Amino acid sequence: MIIKLSINGLRFRYDSREILHDFCLDIGDGQIVSIVGPNGSGKSTLIKCIDQLLIPDSGEILVDRQDVTKMDRMDLARTIAYVPQNSLRVFPNSVFDVVLMGRRPYLGWKGGDRDELVVWEMLGLLGLEEMALSSFTELSGGQQQKVLIARALAQETGVILLDEPTSNLDIWHQIDVMEIIRDLVKKRNLTAIVAIHDLNMAARYSDTLVMMKRGAIIAAGKPDSVMTAENLERVYGIRANVRITEDVPYVIPLARLIPKADSGIRSTVSPGLYGNNSRAQRTAARNGLRPGKSPSSGKVG
Amino acid sequence: MRRGTANGSMAGIHKRTRTGRISRIEQEHARTVWKKYLFIIVLAAVLIIGSCVIITLGQVPITITDVYSTLFDKFVPGVFSIEDEMAHVIWQIRVPLILGAIVSGFGLGICGCVMQAVLKNPLASPFTLGISAGAQLGISIGAVLGVTILGGPYFLIGNAFICALLCSGVIIALSSLKGATSETLILAGVALMYLFQAANQLLSYVATDEQRTLMTLWGMGSLADLNWLSIGFLLAVSALCLPLLYSKAWDLNLMTVGDDSAKSMGVDANRVRVFIMVVSSLLVSAIVAFIGVIGFIGLVAPHICRMLIGSDHRYLIPAAGGVGAALLLIANAIAMNLLGGEVVPTGIIMSVIGVPFFLYLILKGKRKEYWS
Repeated sequence: MIIKLSINGLRFRYDSREILHDFCLDIGDGQIVSIVGPNGSGKSTLIKCIDQLLIPDSGEILVDRQDVTKMDRMDLARTIAYVPQNSLRVFPNSVFDVVLMGRRPYLGWKGGDRDELVVWEMLGLLGLEEMALSSFTELSGGQQQKVLIARALAQETGVILLDEPTSNLDIWHQIDVMEIIRDLVKKRNLTAIVAIHDLNMAARYSDTLVMMKRGAIIAAGKPDSVMTAENLERVYGIRANVRITEDVPYVIPLARLIPKADSGIRSTVSPGLYGNNSRAQRTAARNGLRPGKSPSSGKVG
Repeated sequence: MRRGTANGSMAGIHKRTRTGRISRIEQEHARTVWKKYLFIIVLAAVLIIGSCVIITLGQVPITITDVYSTLFDKFVPGVFSIEDEMAHVIWQIRVPLILGAIVSGFGLGICGCVMQAVLKNPLASPFTLGISAGAQLGISIGAVLGVTILGGPYFLIGNAFICALLCSGVIIALSSLKGATSETLILAGVALMYLFQAANQLLSYVATDEQRTLMTLWGMGSLADLNWLSIGFLLAVSALCLPLLYSKAWDLNLMTVGDDSAKSMGVDANRVRVFIMVVSSLLVSAIVAFIGVIGFIGLVAPHICRMLIGSDHRYLIPAAGGVGAALLLIANAIAMNLLGGEVVPTGIIMSVIGVPFFLYLILKGKRKEYWS
């Protein structure tokens, strides 16, 4: 398998608190990789570090063996696209204009005919042509998310990052957005990295699942190997049933486990969970993973 | 007009898709782009026609024929017999006023437009960052303390210009320490504005009646002090700043959707923000120093244009400038002619006619969630 994106020794500190600690991950070409983990586990930080929206303290991020930390913004925008959770809506923009923004890395001052063609193509791909002239702010949440995906596609990159694309959407639109991402990844040979809260959506639509806690990978691999009751207990501190239907695991949450206030560790929770990062990584090692290194490159092809 | 046909009737603006057909929605899109051009052309026409009418109005009664023969005489001398007094009124008073109103209004409208975009705040105007308070302080220092930077007739204007520049410079430098986000810029601007206002009030407290009158009159805003020299200066600053601002039209489009999104599409948001603030502060400081506080234009002109042609800065910037120029031109004409012999400060007229018009647009506008 070809490695599309490789993260090595990524560290990010925010106000002297280490959010990402020596983070390593290899991601293959043409995959959907979902990053799951509790609030504050560093999912969004990881996504933003990859796109240099946050500047990591150290480490390298390679896309097609090019280090993105050394690229200027325009080159980066032609390499990685980013779909934010939502868009600032202070001033009204038409849907066409929003998608045209994605052509910025290619534009001279004037928008060329080819850029407009690309915009129409992406709008058509997502079935948004009819609302090209509507105001972005007047669309529903699901439609707005699709417009933002179209904008990212207009950047014509190999890698696309999505930050919580399904939050705030109803179940139909959640499935709609995830199906669209899956189709696009297959059709256009993209690599999509999705930070997502919904475990069932992640398990259903991902090729690889990465489970994070406190800035380190606890488990990574195919969804059925990662989405286990033990891992959920370790990472989220919950008791859950995991059933397999049509080869896809799904989670039925049962109860939360309450950590003790003093040591922070409850007896039912395996040791190392609420400890520091190195302990968390040892946990990962015990679990059969190389510390901090995703086995995705080995397991998934 | 029939819609949805492959061969539309508006030849020349059509692009063909890969299948060779032009979809209805693409035609409609091409039409909205034409409407934006049309809006700008109409604005230019309004400015030209307005100027032609307004030049015939004034306190000294001159017939329309005389006005135009005087203008014509400048280019082809000797055809008409022209009275010196009439030539003076037209060439030294009316033409500078009209030109000055257009140049100032154009600059204020555009500065308001770009500042709203980089600060991501519809309430931003050239005055949010304390530029007016800084200029006012410069006037007060000159009037009350007698401390001046330039000598001669321009001593007040020189003070206002330098103090406004210093004030915005401090605000931009302060916020750059924290990464120049829109929040730090606005907060630092509002905070310093209060500081400068306090200094103003202190000076006003110790001033004599005469000094206080001078300060108050400047604060109302008036174009009466404009002459050919000051217009030349304003034109020079505009010629420097406006192309720089316009060259960032694309980046401004992206910045209205948020810093992270802008960065992910290749725009260094913080650097563009500082660039825009520095250039527009320079232009606003120059304009404000000459015509005083007529800040309303910078706030409303961009909003009027956004309601009419949308938020694409490639069209919005010239349109905001045009609307700003038209507003100031009309307000100034009313101010000069409303009370016969008495000239009302333009800033007052601007607010009196502008505010109801703006409120009407807000209430009737079809974009309900404008500030969502």
